[in-house]
Amino acid sequence: MTTEVYLNGKYVGDVENKDDFLKMLKTERRRGAVTTNLNAMYDDRLNAIFVESDRGRLRRPVIIVKDGIPTLTEKHIKQLQKNELGWNDLVQQGVIEYLDAAEEENALVAFDEKDLTPEHTHLEISPLAMLGLSASLIGYGNYIQSSRFIISARNLRQSVGLYAANYHVRMDMDINLLHYPQRPVVTTAMHDIAQYDKHPSGQNLVVAVLSYRGYNMEDAIVLNKASIERGFGRSTYFRPAASEELRYSGGLMDNIAIPDKEIKGYKSEKDYRLLEEDGIVFPEAKVKEEDVIIGKTSPPRFLSSLDEYSLAGNVRRESSVALRHGEEGVVDFVLVTENEEGNKLVQVRLRDARVPEIGDKFTSRNFQKGVVGLIVPATDMPFTSSGITPDLIFNPHSIPSRMSVSYMLEMIGAKAGAMNGRYIDGTTFDAEPEEAIRKELISLGFRENGVETMYHGATGERLTAKIYIGPMYYLRLKHMVANKIQSRARGPIQLLTRQPTEGRAKEGGLRFGEMEKDTLVAHGASMLLKERFDSDKTVVPVCENCGIIAIHDPYKNKRYCPICGENTEVNDIEISYAFKLILDEFKSMGIYPKLVLKSKY
Amino acid sequence: MHKDLEDYDGKLPGKMLQELEEKCPAGKLKKAAKRLYEEYLAVKVDSGESVGVVAAESIGEPSTQMTLNTFHFAGAAEMNVTMGLPRVVEILDGRKEIKTPMMEIFLKAPYNKGKDIKEIALALKETTFGELVTEFNLNVVDLKIDVKLDTERMKQLSITTATVVKSLEKGIKGATVKGEGSDLVLKLKGGEDKGLNELYKLKENVRKIYISGIKGIAQVLPVRRHEEFIIITAGSNMKKVLELDFVDAMRTTTNDVQEISEVLGIEAARQAALNEVIRVFEAQGIDVDIRHLMLVVDTMTVSGTVKGVTRYGVISEKSSVLARASFETPILHIIEAALVGESDELNSVVENVMLNQPVPIGTGLPGLVAKIDKEKLEHGETK
Repeated sequence: MTTEVYLNGKYVGDVENKDDFLKMLKTERRRGAVTTNLNAMYDDRLNAIFVESDRGRLRRPVIIVKDGIPTLTEKHIKQLQKNELGWNDLVQQGVIEYLDAAEEENALVAFDEKDLTPEHTHLEISPLAMLGLSASLIGYGNYIQSSRFIISARNLRQSVGLYAANYHVRMDMDINLLHYPQRPVVTTAMHDIAQYDKHPSGQNLVVAVLSYRGYNMEDAIVLNKASIERGFGRSTYFRPAASEELRYSGGLMDNIAIPDKEIKGYKSEKDYRLLEEDGIVFPEAKVKEEDVIIGKTSPPRFLSSLDEYSLAGNVRRESSVALRHGEEGVVDFVLVTENEEGNKLVQVRLRDARVPEIGDKFTSRNFQKGVVGLIVPATDMPFTSSGITPDLIFNPHSIPSRMSVSYMLEMIGAKAGAMNGRYIDGTTFDAEPEEAIRKELISLGFRENGVETMYHGATGERLTAKIYIGPMYYLRLKHMVANKIQSRARGPIQLLTRQPTEGRAKEGGLRFGEMEKDTLVAHGASMLLKERFDSDKTVVPVCENCGIIAIHDPYKNKRYCPICGENTEVNDIEISYAFKLILDEFKSMGIYPKLVLKSKY
Repeated sequence: MHKDLEDYDGKLPGKMLQELEEKCPAGKLKKAAKRLYEEYLAVKVDSGESVGVVAAESIGEPSTQMTLNTFHFAGAAEMNVTMGLPRVVEILDGRKEIKTPMMEIFLKAPYNKGKDIKEIALALKETTFGELVTEFNLNVVDLKIDVKLDTERMKQLSITTATVVKSLEKGIKGATVKGEGSDLVLKLKGGEDKGLNELYKLKENVRKIYISGIKGIAQVLPVRRHEEFIIITAGSNMKKVLELDFVDAMRTTTNDVQEISEVLGIEAARQAALNEVIRVFEAQGIDVDIRHLMLVVDTMTVSGTVKGVTRYGVISEKSSVLARASFETPILHIIEAALVGESDELNSVVENVMLNQPVPIGTGLPGLVAKIDKEKLEHGETK
């Protein structure tokens, strides 16, 4: 029987013996005669071989096994240790090959060397090699559900830390920097490989698993005020603002300087007060919302010969860079340079110190993220018999339904590590066993299960339950209330509909939508509903004769109808502007919307 | 009626009065009736209560929790039934063609004891010619098809070769049928211009020809329910099934609401729609008050035919242009209203929300009434 062969999804021909063909393809690939980017898979249902060399396939390295014996030998390892061999040498020698998802279907990969049988085709280099970089930084990863593990790894990437040592000469957008980053007590093999201690992004906290007056319900956390004052979670937020002197046709160009009072759109002297002679703020200036940080004027938008006669013409426009609504900070760094096109470019970096506050987001490395619900003075925090007050109180209800056993393990691991002054190896699939840690805790004079007697912070009463307490590595995530807080009582509206604008950046309102409307209708709260939708109410004059919206002329204090003229009765009605708009749209479609007025009472 | 209850005639429902008279001692009737009337008034929905929105929310909210489950029958013959949200949508939309039509056929006394139940069920099932054939042999030279019949199957269904020939003759044109025992020959009529193509088409057509059973009944499954045997079918044909003399027409039912409306009338359809929705909710363990559902099925059936809650059904019945336009395809509704010069009285909720007027519901309903002395008003006197 012949087997069809497809190369990158295209039919290329048939082969007589599929096994020989696949074997040949693989040996040639391992020999290096065919590109190592190639993968082949036999599908027994379709009786077809799919050979792939396209980009975009996920592939992972494994050790090749022959007759139950891995091709990677002691000799290789010795050479690797002496730096005589590198990774690419192993790939070229056919010791390690990359499998894609399809070829993995035909392969039998042993998890461990001791599992090897003659049927196995490959051997895992290390179980840790299944994970990506950020996932392998998490300790005891084999003790959580895989889905949570993945999300946890994703959370890790949002953490605030020391992202680059040369941050002070960089102009990165939206960057956070943790002031006192620490190395975690529970580490993994990847921490050494990735040199995590050179750029850590979290801090070791003493965590008590305890509820605290309802302020840590539903994934909230309670922080110790003293811990924050000692520097926990303190970070700086950097945001650069940039402006460029653009060139326009006709030899006109932007001008970075303090704007003249005559220009169009001049704000107010107060807004420009922080600018120096060159039109740029001075470093270390404290700036608040609406303050101008780069003063700039642009040439008029439309140029025509008429300008010679008009008085209003030839006036330059204001185009300064000002702080957005709700923003504040300190000018950290000013850079004046030139860009690729030779235009003058000014960049101003703003800095804002961020002390943890209610609503900021924190996470452990075990999918236990939460926002700060309360900051408690150290005096009111519960304490252990040895006098330890926790830095953070974590709600025990977050554990059972999520089954994040790794959280518990990391805590007793870190407890033993901290007390013994050593780092704990928590590498996924290859961690220090729980039993050993338990024994170590006993030898240190603690309970083996990590619980301790605690006392109420305010009354000093002993808590009936023993509390699970220990150090945990916590990360501050970049989502902070300061960047998200929004409120509005009045503010900008849209030009077309006269309804409030949308979104925080435009100081918008929160939409009271269709379903929200239904709730008020269901309650019969008719007047409240009307009031909610009053945001675009208008009073329009209506002609009683033809039912079309009439015109009110405030100069002559006269009302007249565009159809019936002045000899008609015109009355005011109150409707939403959106409805007036739809009446106009009807008229534009050739539909005559006639309003028939009658007294409501 | 007892004289103590006469005052309440017309004020309280007849059924309530009857029950009260039956269960209450005569001496206490007057007091009890008074108390009952108070209670009855207290429990009534107040005027201005937005029952529609409340019903919509009460059905809509738990519906979001339903899963898209299909329910499997345990038994030899596998039968799928649409359940969950898709089924609710199907019923409330008033669909003509439902995904899995199903019947529950109850049988009259001697037949429901389980004797020969399989044979009865099998006789109901629609049998086509294709199912009775083991082999088709296309003979291109003689332009004929030799057919081998499945005699065992035919015996089971008590079909003879003669009846098969008869139905085939009725069903096909352009071919002659001859048959004896388990062999059957179909011969194309006419000349040499015909070939393999025509022969193949004949074979495919002949497969679908109806031989026996009830049209539309695709599968049958006899099931024991409590003390008797009933037949559950996939596919539905209520009219034909009810005509059979061994079927208990009082209890036999289908899950196709439209069909019930056609066969049994609109009141039956209302009850059927209600039962079907309740069944879905109950299967999912969702508790929705029956009155919300009754309101919905009532609005669906008031017009005398089953109308779905869609823009073609219930919504198209709304008197207000703006209300119709606010629910799907606004331009269409406005153009149609403009063509005939419709006017909108602004009597309902949506229109008033659009105009930013108080909606005529709840607190928006009552107006302030003041007594004004007309004479004084005319003389321009005010107090």
